[in-house]
Amino acid sequence: MIKVVFFAALREKLACSELSIESDNISTVEQVKQHLIMQQPDWQAHIHNNALLSAVNNEMVPANHPVKSGDEVAFFPPVTGG
Amino acid sequence: MQTDIKISVQTEDFSQAEEVALLEQSNHSDGAVVTFCGRVRNRNLGENIQGLFLEHYPGMTEKSLSKIIEQAKSKWQINRVTVIHRVGQLSVGEQIVFVGVTSPHRHDAFAANEFIMDFLKVNAPFWKKELSDNGEKWLDARSSDQDKAKQWQ
Repeated sequence: MIKVVFFAALREKLACSELSIESDNISTVEQVKQHLIMQQPDWQAHIHNNALLSAVNNEMVPANHPVKSGDEVAFFPPVTGG
Repeated sequence: MQTDIKISVQTEDFSQAEEVALLEQSNHSDGAVVTFCGRVRNRNLGENIQGLFLEHYPGMTEKSLSKIIEQAKSKWQINRVTVIHRVGQLSVGEQIVFVGVTSPHRHDAFAANEFIMDFLKVNAPFWKKELSDNGEKWLDARSSDQDKAKQWQ
């Protein structure tokens, strides 16, 4: 299983803060996104947003970053703290 | 007992005086203490602001701040660093963020403090939702913040 978490505006748009997906056939962050869109077609515009950032196990990563079972994958908008 | 690095993400307010006292306590090697405090202001992009809601990514936020501090420590001679960032509901005038740095020399303390704030702005997973006269909305990231962080590279 892969745990997927969402934050801030994205969490509100999806009305979802976290979910789990089967890790079969998923080996990159991009494939996690494709899997989510397949399950929830109405998420497409929000997930395929170029500004969206990704993290795997608390590290910011690019879309081609590897993902394996047990990982926590996060998607969120550009950060605005400080 | 003050350790070298203090990172706190918290809903409660903080006292700048107490934080400075901790940075200085039993610290006889550092002649420079530079602090920054960010507060909620009453106007943003022409709107009257009533307050902010701040969200973070527990775990990743602390790790991200720790990494930024390590980078600053590798660039400048700094000894103690405190970073406090509040989350949750904040009103106009309330303190949001505190960065304190000590060093034997002022140049290192000034530069490291600014570096930590600049990278906190673009790398640490915090998000602000603004409550204004026109309702509430998530703030967009500013390209000027990205440009500012890039200047250090």
